[in-house]
Amino acid sequence: MNAEMRELYQEAILDHNRRPRNRGSLADANRRADGYNPLCGDRIRLFLKIEDEIVKDVSFEGAGCAISTASASMMTQSVKGKSVAEAYALFEGFHAMATDDGERAGDLGKLEVFCGVKEFPARVKCATLAWHTLKAALTQPADSTTTE
Amino acid sequence: MLTAGNALELRAQVENESCERAFDASRARLDFPILRHRIRGREIAYLDNAATTQKPQAVIDAEMSFYTSECSNVHRGVHTLSQRATASFESSRDVVRDFVGASDRKEIIFTRGTTEAINLVAQSFARPRLQPGDEVLITEMEHHSDIVPWQLVCQERGAVLRVVPVTDSGELELEAFHRLLGPRTRLVGIVHVSNALGTINPVRDVVRAAHDRGAVVLVDGAQAVAHIPVDVQELGCDFYAFSGHKLYGPTGIGVLYGKRELLESMPPYQGGGDMILSVTFAKTTYNELPYKFEAGTPNIAGAIGLGAAIRYLGALPFTAVMRHEDELLRMATEALSSLPGLRVIGTARRKTAVLSFVLEGVHPHDIGTIIDLEGVAIRTGHHCAQPLMERFGLPATARASFGLYNTISDVEALYQALQHVEEIFR
Ligand SMILES: Cc1ncc(COP(=O)(O)O)c(C=O)c1O
Repeated sequence: MNAEMRELYQEAILDHNRRPRNRGSLADANRRADGYNPLCGDRIRLFLKIEDEIVKDVSFEGAGCAISTASASMMTQSVKGKSVAEAYALFEGFHAMATDDGERAGDLGKLEVFCGVKEFPARVKCATLAWHTLKAALTQPADSTTTE
Repeated sequence: MLTAGNALELRAQVENESCERAFDASRARLDFPILRHRIRGREIAYLDNAATTQKPQAVIDAEMSFYTSECSNVHRGVHTLSQRATASFESSRDVVRDFVGASDRKEIIFTRGTTEAINLVAQSFARPRLQPGDEVLITEMEHHSDIVPWQLVCQERGAVLRVVPVTDSGELELEAFHRLLGPRTRLVGIVHVSNALGTINPVRDVVRAAHDRGAVVLVDGAQAVAHIPVDVQELGCDFYAFSGHKLYGPTGIGVLYGKRELLESMPPYQGGGDMILSVTFAKTTYNELPYKFEAGTPNIAGAIGLGAAIRYLGALPFTAVMRHEDELLRMATEALSSLPGLRVIGTARRKTAVLSFVLEGVHPHDIGTIIDLEGVAIRTGHHCAQPLMERFGLPATARASFGLYNTISDVEALYQALQHVEEIFR
């Protein structure tokens, strides 16, 4: 594997693609949103259970490429237990990193493995799909389970 | 398996055969300046010819020469440059007429491409004729550009769009076609060669059956003209659409062939300059064919470039080119099929130049990115044929598609790059 490829397909990404975490539907979700990337046909459905402004639980369903699957998997891990405001800040941080646009507020920890996508303009949407879907779910009115 | 040893053997075999048939792809490759460029230090293995083909120097020169020594508007000037431009532009029309075997140059209309040609027929032919309950029959393997124009016009007119299914191997279900072809079918739209599967459709039989039922046939030839011989009179079709850019010509230029009596009976598609004989506020008299359908200043340089592309292709031994492409397709199919988890999508008996595939556990998008890093350009996605993808239960495929300048080296590069994909994802 050459260096550029390793930069994009980091071990953590390959691992989350092989064994996505928090995959499946969530019976007691009170927010739900769908995301679609028409360019590659990736679809994701996100389930959130938000109580007292805290993301109590989160899961996703859908089929996509390794980048979008791993991104969804790691996104669910990183927002679980966070407040809505913190999750929203993570969205902004991730978006800034992946698109190389705007102020980087600070280190994103494990999510930094997606830093390489900014070199691959055709793949930025794959990495950000789950996050845009999260944003849509977070900005829905409370107790809404309709899709975007 | 394509080992180094038998690849060499295959190469020798191919070279021998090309010698015999007097077509040398590696020499033809030199006519295409872009293929001399390197990407990340590697020669480009350009296997995305179904999306667009590269352009030979002859085409680039023809466009350049128009702009450097003939640039002028057509059909309107008395001055020398305008006469030169008009002569070049109109001579391209003759080249196109010969190329598709039309009997009359009036039957060749320049458009922006296949998409515009189909929309022209939908709006000027179908729209005034369709009555509520009438039917337009297309196939499940159509490109979006041979689906959406019919949906639009059917919706507006209260007509019904019917769809002929395809088999698991990617062939048209002929029985279903004959069943669906009914007394209300006004028009049949069919792709000559499928861009997503490579299937060559039995257009002549389809035309015959449709005509027996009084239906008119439009053939989407976008993927056919560069790879198989096309003779519109032999096919018997009423309309034939194609794009210059998939035929080694420029973008922004394409052709609609239409039978003269049908074109005569149709109202103009767009109004403007060039398509009129006289205009008063009370009444406008339309120009004669083909100008009636060419409103406004056309893509003059594009049409001239298209003429040059067809001349370039015409100077090559086309039968040998076809055999060369078939051979590449056969070798690539064989080599790729040996990869574990690889499945070819589209295994019709008659196909050309397109190899669609999926790799178990690896999304096509990842395949495309990884092999691009090795200089191999393929297309991944739904190929503007979402209903077809749905039919096969796939969100997307990876697609390698061949052109006359591809060689066994490109197939080797593809095969090797796919091995690396395997290594990353296993
Ligand atoms: C079968 C087929 N039909 C129609 C088109 C549309 O051609 P264009 O975009 O040049 O109008 C394409 C090209 O993508 C095609 O492959």
